[in-house]
Amino acid sequence: MTRRVLLALSILATVGLSLLPFLWFVLTSFKSQGEIEAAPPGWWPSGSLEFYRAALFDHHLFDYVLNSVVVAGSTTLLALLFAIPAAYALARLTIPGKQSILAVLLCVSMFPQMAIAGPVWRLLDSLGGLNQRWGVVLPYVALTLPLAIWILASFFKELPPELEDAARVDGCGPWATLFRITLPLATPGIFTAAILILIYAWNEFFFALLILTQPEQQTLPVGIALFQGEFTMPWGELAAASVVATLPLIVVVLLCQRWIVSGLSAGAVKG
Amino acid sequence: MIRMSQVKGRRDNLAAWTMVAPALLVTMIFALYPVLDSLWLSLHHIFVGIPKLGSPFVGLDNYLTLLRDPAAQQALLVTLAFVVLSTLLELACGLIIALVIHERFRGRGLVRAAILIPWAIPTVVASQLWRYIFNDQYGFANLLLFGNRVTDYIPWLAYPGIAFGIIVLADVWKTSSFAALLILAGLQVIPDDLYDAARVDGATIWQRFWHITLPLLKPALLLALLFRTMDAFRVFDLVFVMTQGGPGDATQVLQFYGYQTLFTEGRIGYGSAISVAVFLMILALSLVYLRAIGSSLLERRHT
Repeated sequence: MTRRVLLALSILATVGLSLLPFLWFVLTSFKSQGEIEAAPPGWWPSGSLEFYRAALFDHHLFDYVLNSVVVAGSTTLLALLFAIPAAYALARLTIPGKQSILAVLLCVSMFPQMAIAGPVWRLLDSLGGLNQRWGVVLPYVALTLPLAIWILASFFKELPPELEDAARVDGCGPWATLFRITLPLATPGIFTAAILILIYAWNEFFFALLILTQPEQQTLPVGIALFQGEFTMPWGELAAASVVATLPLIVVVLLCQRWIVSGLSAGAVKG
Repeated sequence: MIRMSQVKGRRDNLAAWTMVAPALLVTMIFALYPVLDSLWLSLHHIFVGIPKLGSPFVGLDNYLTLLRDPAAQQALLVTLAFVVLSTLLELACGLIIALVIHERFRGRGLVRAAILIPWAIPTVVASQLWRYIFNDQYGFANLLLFGNRVTDYIPWLAYPGIAFGIIVLADVWKTSSFAALLILAGLQVIPDDLYDAARVDGATIWQRFWHITLPLLKPALLLALLFRTMDAFRVFDLVFVMTQGGPGDATQVLQFYGYQTLFTEGRIGYGSAISVAVFLMILALSLVYLRAIGSSLLERRHT
């Protein structure tokens, strides 16, 4: 009995501590300027949507959302496009130097962003990629590839090889086998990798800050980090923008919790 | 027959390479080449905005400067303190969360989703959130502690020690659930009959935790430690949004110092030296960890 009470209390505590801080932002976003500035600040909002209106129309929120959707979407598609064949080859085919390729990928995933920031900036400068959305997509793809390949390869390895062997005997080449046999079986793994890439690209700040300097191209994290008012910090608009930036992630987490959990632990434990 | 399989083998090899090549190419251009370029740049004096100085090759001069730079030493100390404090707290919280979500109860899926939300929130949003919670006038912390006594409200982020603590707190809040998931994966592979046997032998719940759970969890804990350490070393977003390295230099971490040197001051050579130094430290640390993880995996195989 005490054990059940203890469990219930610890569940309540973990959930509460996880959610309550962000709830303060949610409440703030529905307040009015007066309710925020009152001394002491009010607890409950009056349900005003003014901050959402102001964030959308006075603070470029619409641009930020659009840019984030484009950047995160194209990063995910491109990274999967590159990662799927690479992961398949590393999981199933004989490649000389396979171990060193995997080691290099692991190494890349540990890079501090700073170690490549200057040269990536110079590279994009010479390619004309500064202040372009594709200018952040390229480094994002490179930096998410290791994780994507890692997850997909460990997933491909778990599939029974018999079907593929049969296809090979029937004369299918590696590409045809990958597309006709393996891919349809591997949808859960691809889905997992896609979610993790999507979350990374949606949240990334450092490169976006360096590469995108105009509000018209900036993504949500940059917009929210540099949020400024004319005279004072516009906390209400900032809270509204933060809720907008976080809402899609909350939906993804609620719908895909199972895949995220398996993906994060697959990359770590089986790899 | 032999010849045909040879031809097939060669064709397979070619296919394998065409499958790997695009991914490797992107990685090389946007990750490997830049690291080498940083290394090369760090051997030069380059000042953006003063082109007439050119970019003379100066060998290890920037690294010698780095060794004598008090600001860099301070940044290293702050970074190390942040890494040690935040990873230890995250492992402790992660272990507790993992034990909780490993239990069977109704609505476990929803609880797991709730715990994942801090992890999924953009770090920038989390930073602004905690900055607002500890705001001197409008913050939730003051409201909770002092309520109506507005004159008692504390400007938390104006105190060096507290500001550092708040950044650690924000990081722990955001990433403990990631550590928890890695630890959970470790919990799930511990066979139930070990616990059953211990229970038959009369072991208490604490004895079972100390003698079964913890030792068998060692590889998962080390792995979580590895990932969290690497990540904590790279801390940037929290500092950029919450304190800009201040007050004074209380939260000046290496990544932020490097960023300022490179992009605010335009000292490309010296900034690159800082980046390379951080890179080498992370590399060395990860090698040490991987060794420990490798040997702990071996131990498990022997028993």
